[in-house]
Amino acid sequence: MTERTPPLHDEHRGADAEFTDFGGWSMPVEFAGIRAEHEAVRDAVGRFDVSHMSQLVVSGPDATELMDRLTTNDVASLEVGDAQYAAITDERGVMLDDTVVYRLPDRRAQPTYRFVPNAGHDEQMVERWQHHRDQWGLAAEVDDRTGEDAMLAIQGPEALDTMAEIGEDVSDLDRFEARWADVAGVECWVARTGYTGEDGVELICPAATVSTVWSAMDCQRCGLGARDTLRLEAGLLLSGEDFDAEDNPRTPYEADLDFIVDFGSEFVGLDALAEQAEEGVAERIVGFQLEERGVPRHGYTIETPDGEAIGEVTSGTMSPTLDEAIGLGYVPVDYVEPGTELRVVVRDDPKAATVRELPFLE
Amino acid sequence: MSFDTPDDRRYLDSHEWAAEDGDVVRIGISDFAQDELGDVVFVEFPDVGDSISAGESFGVVESIKAVSDLYAPISGEVVEVNEALLDRPELVNDDPYDEGWMLAVEPSDEGELEELLDADAYREQVE
Repeated sequence: MTERTPPLHDEHRGADAEFTDFGGWSMPVEFAGIRAEHEAVRDAVGRFDVSHMSQLVVSGPDATELMDRLTTNDVASLEVGDAQYAAITDERGVMLDDTVVYRLPDRRAQPTYRFVPNAGHDEQMVERWQHHRDQWGLAAEVDDRTGEDAMLAIQGPEALDTMAEIGEDVSDLDRFEARWADVAGVECWVARTGYTGEDGVELICPAATVSTVWSAMDCQRCGLGARDTLRLEAGLLLSGEDFDAEDNPRTPYEADLDFIVDFGSEFVGLDALAEQAEEGVAERIVGFQLEERGVPRHGYTIETPDGEAIGEVTSGTMSPTLDEAIGLGYVPVDYVEPGTELRVVVRDDPKAATVRELPFLE
Repeated sequence: MSFDTPDDRRYLDSHEWAAEDGDVVRIGISDFAQDELGDVVFVEFPDVGDSISAGESFGVVESIKAVSDLYAPISGEVVEVNEALLDRPELVNDDPYDEGWMLAVEPSDEGELEELLDADAYREQVE
């Protein structure tokens, strides 16, 4: 399969980026080093190219119903300029992906949404949306903008200052609000959202103009490596790692995402999730930290202190901010209380671990 | 990007170096290797008195993004490990050929060192 490349690929190469394959895209994994990039975002501001994220626009008389019936959250409650985190579930209530849904200004007087599934999910979601639209006889256009549009994230306590310096002040936006704004002379859809646990924005613009926006910024370039350590400290899940419809099928309740499930209107997976809400889950995701030296990694076994295998690590790293080895994994609900003692098997060597409250970093 | 590859030591194609230092041979990883790994956060070494065998794994180095086995360039008995790396693993990044050394080994077969790549041959491999 040919790797897809973001429009800024050559510029990243020129900035000495190291690349990695992620969801079929060749993306920068680091520039100055994960620790330096991570610290820039925690202490000041950093910029990320996240143009590997899928971009779908749905518009039409029934766009709201289509969005509402294919995501777990309450799309009907969104006003123009609202953003909402949601899961896309199947009939079992299993998460196929997670996404942010933005309500754009109406087009041709029809409700219009953009949603952003993870890298490599664009084709799957276009088919899913079109299939259900036709099945339910709804009127809505589903437009795949992946590759046509680019997405950047500017994150950190000084992110809004950076935005003001190169374009306009967007501090009027609350968390999970968005609007069109001028950024370096380019009209961008700017949202006060992110994946780092810091203040900041994500912006979307046509691929042809993203270079102008990117090069106007004078702050640390960050790759997917720092994006991963930042999101993990913030207790945010990564689709494909912390849940995966095939390799590790999980519902929003197992993933501790109760807040994105809204039973107010019908959606695919509602019945299964309503049953789970009633009966509870057998396993749930927890955060943990190692009490001994080592680094937890995806796939490592989680045990009880007696050595009984009870789960697997889904994400882990050495937290640059906390200087602790931290991770996520699913365990039976008897083991989810903060303070519970566990063990994580690091290369055949069980290391003591303790369940921690999420997020790791307040 | 160019990497520092000093001429005063030998290299393994898996990016470890070995340098004679009096009666012992010091072992570490190359500048290229530390750059590939990125920020080193953890090292795991054998104990003093353990034996290592040329070509076999003697420990691991973990960076934020990856874990990697370390391979012994030569065989021998470990006479010293760089304890400083336990608290400051970043020395492997900052100074891979000096302060970031890993083991000191008493070689069991002096000839093994000669079989390793010299700096020119190793440089060719990583450039």
